[in-house]
Amino acid sequence: MTNSLILTDIKINLAGENAVIIYFSEQVSPETCRQIKQAQQLIKNHFSDKIIDLVPSYASILIVYDQLKINHHQLQHQLKTLLANLIADKNSQDKKTLVQLPVYYSIESGPDLIRIASQSNISVNQVIECHSQQEYQVYAIGFAPGFAYLGEVNLQIATPRLTTPRLKVPKGAVGIADKQTAVYPSESPGGWNIIGLCPTDMFNANSAAVTPVQVGDTVKFNAISKQEFLSLGGCLPSKI
Amino acid sequence: MKKINSPQNKSLIKLGFLVKKPGMLSLIQDAGRFGTNNLGLTNGGPVDMPAFYWANRLLGNHLLTNKANSSVIEISLGGLVLIAQYDSQIAVTGAPFPLTINGQVKELWRSYSIKAGDIIAFGFANIGVRCYLAIKGGFDIPLSFGSTSTVCREHLGGLSGNKLQANEIVPYNEIKSDNNQLMLAEKDRPNYSNEAILRTVSSYQQHHFSSAQQDLFYSSKYNVSKHYDRMGYRLNGPTIKAGINGILSEGICHGAIQIPNDGQPIVLLNDRQTIGGYPKIGAVIALDTAKLGQLSRGAKVSFTKISIDEAQQLFHSHNELLSQTELIPCD
Repeated sequence: MTNSLILTDIKINLAGENAVIIYFSEQVSPETCRQIKQAQQLIKNHFSDKIIDLVPSYASILIVYDQLKINHHQLQHQLKTLLANLIADKNSQDKKTLVQLPVYYSIESGPDLIRIASQSNISVNQVIECHSQQEYQVYAIGFAPGFAYLGEVNLQIATPRLTTPRLKVPKGAVGIADKQTAVYPSESPGGWNIIGLCPTDMFNANSAAVTPVQVGDTVKFNAISKQEFLSLGGCLPSKI
Repeated sequence: MKKINSPQNKSLIKLGFLVKKPGMLSLIQDAGRFGTNNLGLTNGGPVDMPAFYWANRLLGNHLLTNKANSSVIEISLGGLVLIAQYDSQIAVTGAPFPLTINGQVKELWRSYSIKAGDIIAFGFANIGVRCYLAIKGGFDIPLSFGSTSTVCREHLGGLSGNKLQANEIVPYNEIKSDNNQLMLAEKDRPNYSNEAILRTVSSYQQHHFSSAQQDLFYSSKYNVSKHYDRMGYRLNGPTIKAGINGILSEGICHGAIQIPNDGQPIVLLNDRQTIGGYPKIGAVIALDTAKLGQLSRGAKVSFTKISIDEAQQLFHSHNELLSQTELIPCD
């Protein structure tokens, strides 16, 4: 019964001359996220070298394909069959990939901690606990190489973006924007509320695993001390 | 001394073009970086794909079979001056930039033999924005994520993840020239002008635009604003309103037309961000983004709707046309 529900939820739209986009739902949910992860694998396996790029996001997958190998109609047709398999597979248990990321939460590494605490009428420690207790889904990767959008943050600490973005957010900064949280992979301008620093590289061109997370993975943050942060290779900027 | 000429030492010091003046924006590009959008990496690659194709084909560089030997320099706006350190063969295609070799004016769309010491200089374009300098065998650039394409924002590709800088060396292999030169006949060259009609596939959130808004979009003339670059072209003209304010961020394909809240369309090109949350009304076909990418501020643009079948037919017939077009020997 639920199967047919999902079927009617999935839509395939044209995106471009050699691109289509699959919409799985109109809302963000862990269930949609799991479906996207699964569908991505099915699509990769089935179409293999006919695919040029696959871009999973919150509730969709963009497929860019090689027109020399498959045309729009063939692709649409095969996708429909393929996504029916996804529905049949719905109850198969996916293996969850849990990625643990260490974070040095503190006033010196998280300049917005105090403001978030006072806005929510809780202590700084409670903000840290709230952020690090929960598991987050990786909903999308974009904006910058390795920038992973994670959700959803507990409403108690969900905080809108800064009205004036910082010109420089340091590499590794852990931020909150509304119900989303993320780690800045490299120094960049940014408007997210900074609550700590993560010493793990979120994007490393020279590593076998370029990014530690992929769309559909689960992330948990673990609070670490300044000492641990430094020994893990973390670098404290002079000013945030 | 013998040591200096040994092949081992020679391979350590790579020679090629010494950059005397880097110009406004000169970038190493191959066909582009594909299969890494999921990491947040954009595609890069030449904005004017047909010009890139011809520059390589004039030198017999194989585009499809061997990506590695197709790296060129994309010269935007002009001003690049290079000194050759090795003999080889070059070809320049694209917008009609003034080109000189040792001070002598040279025609584009053909190959030339060059000798060590030759000075190759690009002036500034009156029409068009980009041209392509290819070298026999392609520039010798290491791959990052399978491509040499430079994306400055990502610090990837090229010599150091950046545009060319003065005194850098763009390496290529020495080739003693055979003096057999080829040209593309004038009738087969693309036209560069100050306007473009962009054939567009209706797609993405098009159903969120009323038919009146769609009619307005497809019947209006737009101007290229001052914000145009390899990421995208912002246009000025009649305001288009979407029935929705924003969407969940989603993958953006090449040529996609975003309509932000101010109603002024943005056509997204090679260096676009991989995901975004503005509604999109359609996507321009690649044959026409190549034309758009040669326009500058004030140029006139309009959109015409075509079906997906027409779009794919155009792609195949253009490919066929390219493969059937013969180059002409010249001296």
